[in-house]
Amino acid sequence: MTVLRAYPLIKPAAGRLALAVLAGAGAAGAAVALTAVSAWLISRAALHPPVLHLMVAIVAVRAFGLSRGVLRYLERLIGHDAAFRILGDVRARLFTRLERLAPAGLADFRRADLAQRLAADVDAVLDLVTRVALPYAVAAVVGLAAVLVVGALVPVAGLTLAVALLVVAIGVPLLQRAAARRADGRLAPLRGELTTGVVDLLHGLADFSVYGAQQSRLSRLDDVDARMTQASRRSANVAGLSAAVTVLSTGVCVLVGLAAGAVAVRSGALPGELLALVVLTPMAVFEIAGPLPMAAQTYVSARASMRRLAELWDAPSPLSSLGSSPATPVFSDIPEIRVENVTAGWVPGRTAVSGVSLTLPPGGRVALVGPSGSGKSTVAALLVRFLDPRAGRVTLDGTDLRSIVPERVREVVGYLPEDAYLFDTTIGDNLRIARPDATGAALEQALASARLLDWVRTLPDGLDTLVGEHGMALSGGQRRRLALARILLGDARVLILDEPTEHLDDETAGELTRDLLAAAGHRSVLLITHREADLDGLDVVRL
Amino acid sequence: MKPLDPRLLRYARATRAYLVATVALGAVHAALLITLAFLLADAITGVFLHGAGVPQLLPLIAVVAARSVVAWLQEVAATRSAAAVKSELRRRLLAHVAGLGPYHRTPAGEIATLAGHGLDALDAYFARYLPQLVLSVLVPGLLLARLLPADLIATLTIAVTLPLIPVFMALVGMHTEAATKRQFRLLARLSHHFLDVVAGLPTLKLFGRAGAQAGIIRRISGEQRQQTMRTLRTAFLSSLVLELLATLSVALVAVGIGLRLVHGELDLATALTVLILAPEAYRPLREVGANYHASAEGLAAVEEVFAILETPLPAEGGAAPRDGALVFDQVEVRFPGRAEPALRLSATIEPGEIVALTGPSGCGKSTALAALLGFVSPASGTITVGGVDRETIAPTAWRSKIAWVPQRPHLIAGTVRENIALTGADHDAVVEAARLAGADTFIAALPDGYDTLLGDAGSGLSAGQRQRIALARAFLKDAPIVLLDEPTANLDTTTAAEVMDAIRRLAHGRTVLIAAHRPELIALADRELRLAGSLTPAGA
Ligand SMILES: Nc1ncnc2c1ncn2[C@@H]1O[C@H](COP(=O)(O)OP(=O)(O)OP(=O)(O)O)[C@@H](O)[C@H]1O
Ligand SMILES: [Mg+2]
Repeated sequence: MTVLRAYPLIKPAAGRLALAVLAGAGAAGAAVALTAVSAWLISRAALHPPVLHLMVAIVAVRAFGLSRGVLRYLERLIGHDAAFRILGDVRARLFTRLERLAPAGLADFRRADLAQRLAADVDAVLDLVTRVALPYAVAAVVGLAAVLVVGALVPVAGLTLAVALLVVAIGVPLLQRAAARRADGRLAPLRGELTTGVVDLLHGLADFSVYGAQQSRLSRLDDVDARMTQASRRSANVAGLSAAVTVLSTGVCVLVGLAAGAVAVRSGALPGELLALVVLTPMAVFEIAGPLPMAAQTYVSARASMRRLAELWDAPSPLSSLGSSPATPVFSDIPEIRVENVTAGWVPGRTAVSGVSLTLPPGGRVALVGPSGSGKSTVAALLVRFLDPRAGRVTLDGTDLRSIVPERVREVVGYLPEDAYLFDTTIGDNLRIARPDATGAALEQALASARLLDWVRTLPDGLDTLVGEHGMALSGGQRRRLALARILLGDARVLILDEPTEHLDDETAGELTRDLLAAAGHRSVLLITHREADLDGLDVVRL
Repeated sequence: MKPLDPRLLRYARATRAYLVATVALGAVHAALLITLAFLLADAITGVFLHGAGVPQLLPLIAVVAARSVVAWLQEVAATRSAAAVKSELRRRLLAHVAGLGPYHRTPAGEIATLAGHGLDALDAYFARYLPQLVLSVLVPGLLLARLLPADLIATLTIAVTLPLIPVFMALVGMHTEAATKRQFRLLARLSHHFLDVVAGLPTLKLFGRAGAQAGIIRRISGEQRQQTMRTLRTAFLSSLVLELLATLSVALVAVGIGLRLVHGELDLATALTVLILAPEAYRPLREVGANYHASAEGLAAVEEVFAILETPLPAEGGAAPRDGALVFDQVEVRFPGRAEPALRLSATIEPGEIVALTGPSGCGKSTALAALLGFVSPASGTITVGGVDRETIAPTAWRSKIAWVPQRPHLIAGTVRENIALTGADHDAVVEAARLAGADTFIAALPDGYDTLLGDAGSGLSAGQRQRIALARAFLKDAPIVLLDEPTANLDTTTAAEVMDAIRRLAHGRTVLIAAHRPELIALADRELRLAGSLTPAGA
């Protein structure tokens, strides 16, 4: 199931993966052959033959000695390269998926946990390829070859080797599963919990320390840590068991080889000079197969990560699908927006707004007012197609929004949410999100319209000043105005501004609103505000 | 790479016991290996050359059994110690960053990576690297001692080639150490970047930049692949050379003893012993090389953890807080990278006063509150409380006397109740606080009332609702000093009026400082304290 879903991701790197397996098998084969041939060489030499008879073996031993390292190097290099390629692809796809879901479809997820999935859980792909798939593939090839060779000489020894290999490759992992009860599978979600907790602790540090909650938040993290440690401890016993069984399996193969080999030598079924080969080869084989229990353990935790990624693929999309032929309508320069008797909500069973209607004519100025929590932001979300109505419809120049590609809608309609986000980068880069190719003059113009330019000019680094995480190095009003400048810089022809002057003093707020409405020119503006003074001369829609 | 960072011993006590255990187990492991080699060589020789029957298996069985027990113990010790060390470092790290306070600048995403993925890389170091390092000293040592009387030439071959390996490793180590650190930095930054991007996803969508961001992520991943592959090429190259040295030496030894056997200069039993032991002598070093990269990553993370642990905590006073006037005496607060001070203030606030802190955006109102709380320290001037310098007062005790509604309150992903009572409180008190903050009506209308789960940063609530949750927090905390940073932000006029009524009631008998923009809110105060703003110097 998971494998089938993963196939399209692996396909582009399949050639490299095959090459890596080939090189790996070659390296492992050389290692085993080195032991086997030297064992024979030495036994043979003990019979004092002419040196010439040993030449082939001597050359082979040296060649194996050389090729092993080189091939192993190639295996690791090619394998990692392939894994990283797959990983990059998975990460980009996952991000695209997140993008589709945000914001309404991600309500049940924690941001830090999502970031963790995007970072660490995707990284599990690397483990899956280099530490699970490759070792198993290589061990399978070399193990089979060794079993055939040893089995041809002493059938019992070959059989024992086969059984021991199966025990290590399959039996021990099964045992692990039973014993650890998926301790390793638990780690991935726990790591997500840890990340979420750490980010929460740090972002809320000020609030926590004033309300005396710092210690309790820390001990919550200690609790997560304790559970992680416990999971690791459980896997410690499993790892110990695996190591012991692996050593034991090697020992059994050697001993059976010795005993059965001795019997075979006495009965004449096996030339004496091959005894050392039969006895020592398993040692080399288990050097290859030894890490398999570890690989199986890695598989369990990697699979947990993959499951976390699959959850995102399976999360339902918040938008009704576009149907077969999404319209790419040609809008008039400034399209008209109509909200017709709309009911909508973010979570099933909870209605945020019902029976709302409003019209924003081209170039119009409409104010949307209503008490806190009355659904103003929900209406705005409907207009940029973050959400689709449950009943009624929203139209852009008469076309139902649900039949328009969301990206197209957002080209036309710009939205300044009440909690507009600032990225942890410079002032300039935050602005350029609206228009990547904006000139310095355009940036300054936008800052001036938002009444922020004078302040930016006092900064030693000007536009290159970092705003900090979530804009924490700016004051509340500065954050607000920077976000406002950003939306003004964009070229949306319909603007939805949710409390653009919050956190400003009364006088400035009034002036700024007047400026804004004037600067919007022929664009349409839907202003969400609680300032009664702003409402003069606007069409007012009350929720 | 230093094989063992001494700070690891200092900060993580579990390391010491583990080192002792590893050395002890390593010695037993080496001894068992040698015994096994001798027993096997004798047995094979007996059957092959002397026509003996099935050899004595008992001693062999005993050795094999003992080896598996040692392997078990080693693995358990490694994993457990790694878990203990990680836990110890993680707890210290988190407690320390918490102690550094909200104005410390390491991004949350990086700390989270450090605490999670970064420390997890220690597993490889503890389970695969350290024990092999110990073995790489013990096994060849014991081996050579045992081999010397048996076969001088093999002993010499091994004795000459073995030291080459650590020398070479040290060379490679010097080369890759910086690269590994860079790579880990990149990883930490990347995680923080992802956190930032995920949090800002709606904004990216609004500006139609999400598609471009996917491209950026693809590009960054490509760059990460190239940089990592560059590091790996060198790291793997070191493994390659080790592998080559080791395998070639084994091959040389095998061929060498083979030839000496032919000429009758050596007996088969010794030759077989050498053949069995030679790869084992090189094996620990090879494994060290193979696991070098993974372990280096763990150590790079640990070093970053140490760097944070060694950042000194802000000095904390121990004095008990006093009642009395709050005095800002020529206080000036500055932030790095800013030419203008964030705050300049001289003022006295008497107990029981309601003071509105006003002034244009960016004039330092929030900074004044942060300075009073002790989150930032004045660059010059002092803040005194009842005549005592605030810096000398124990921060926890001081903050316990203060209720604070920040400009952007932090809501946790938890129930409404947990958000109001961060440290827990009985139901009636929570409801009463919510009522005072004008929040109980909308909370009651939520599907699960006070038990409704909120998402990150209070998602599921409107900005005004979040604001009132934060107010309820302040009402619940019965503190003599109340700091309100724009308590009516995001509220409509009616709700704001209700909240202001509540503030008036709350203010009774308390000292209240309100950062305010709205005229109605300013009117509520006994007096207005106008901050000049940093553009025009105070007092001008
Ligand atoms: N962590 C920080 N690092 C750097 N500069 C900061 C930081 N915090 C605030 N500042 C700067 O200090 C100045 C004062 O900020 P503060 O938040 O105190 O203003 P404010 O009066 O509360 O403004 P507002 O009314 O907009 O909330 C601003 O110029 C701001 O950019
Ligand atoms: Mg402020």
